[in-house]
Amino acid sequence: MPAGMLPVGTSAMPLHAYLTLAATLFAIGLFGVVTRRNTIGILLGIELMLNAVNINLVAFARFNGDPAGMVFTVFTICITVAEVAVGLALVILIFRIRRTVIADHLDLLRG
Amino acid sequence: MGSVIAFWILAALVVGSAVGLVVRRNPIHGALFLVVNLGGVAALYLMMHAEFLAAAQVIVYAGAIAVLFVFAIMVLIPGKEETGPDPLRAQRWLAVPLGGFLALEIALVLRSTVFTTSRSPATVPGGVEAVGRLLFTDYLFPFEVTSFLLLAALIGVMALTKRKAS
Repeated sequence: MPAGMLPVGTSAMPLHAYLTLAATLFAIGLFGVVTRRNTIGILLGIELMLNAVNINLVAFARFNGDPAGMVFTVFTICITVAEVAVGLALVILIFRIRRTVIADHLDLLRG
Repeated sequence: MGSVIAFWILAALVVGSAVGLVVRRNPIHGALFLVVNLGGVAALYLMMHAEFLAAAQVIVYAGAIAVLFVFAIMVLIPGKEETGPDPLRAQRWLAVPLGGFLALEIALVLRSTVFTTSRSPATVPGGVEAVGRLLFTDYLFPFEVTSFLLLAALIGVMALTKRKAS
């Protein structure tokens, strides 16, 4: 076994167990995004959905024997960080102007 | 056998914390549930032998992002504002059958032969060395683009939240 390679181990869970778990997490996150009215709650739901995608990527990397999926997960994590930072900055900016973070009250662009 | 039990415990932890995140109306509870959820996902990464990603998950998500969320919630104090009647109540009757349809579709897709063929987990390197080698050879250009994106986000956040001098 070359250096850096890890033993297969006795991971008995099949691929679709991980995929089902990720789909469940994605659905819960999507439910949170559409039902929460607090802007921060919506951002929390988006975090859940991105995590579900990461689980899928790592599971496919593991079961296809291709570490490229893990590299893509690194990219996803970086982009999530940027998204959260900009999103929270926007929320704080909106709160400074409108004194609210409830998405229903943010209707400045409504005609 | 042990890994099966560990998987089910982790799955229950992750799904339970996700449900708690969505259901609880207090956003500070949501942020704390998010920490539990991300820790569980990091443990799942360890089960899949993705050690580097598990460490990065704990450092970046459970460290940086959770602290950022808690900080923003503390600044905004949006505690008791999600009250009042739901203005889109009629859409709930549409949401239930559509959600059920989506769940059925996902279940049908997961039962297809692509996923259920018993593939044994391959010996795939998951440490820093393997990920770093790919990151700096095959995926060097996306890596640089990502670093540029992070720089743009950094400058953008500073420009957005800067108070006007006037």
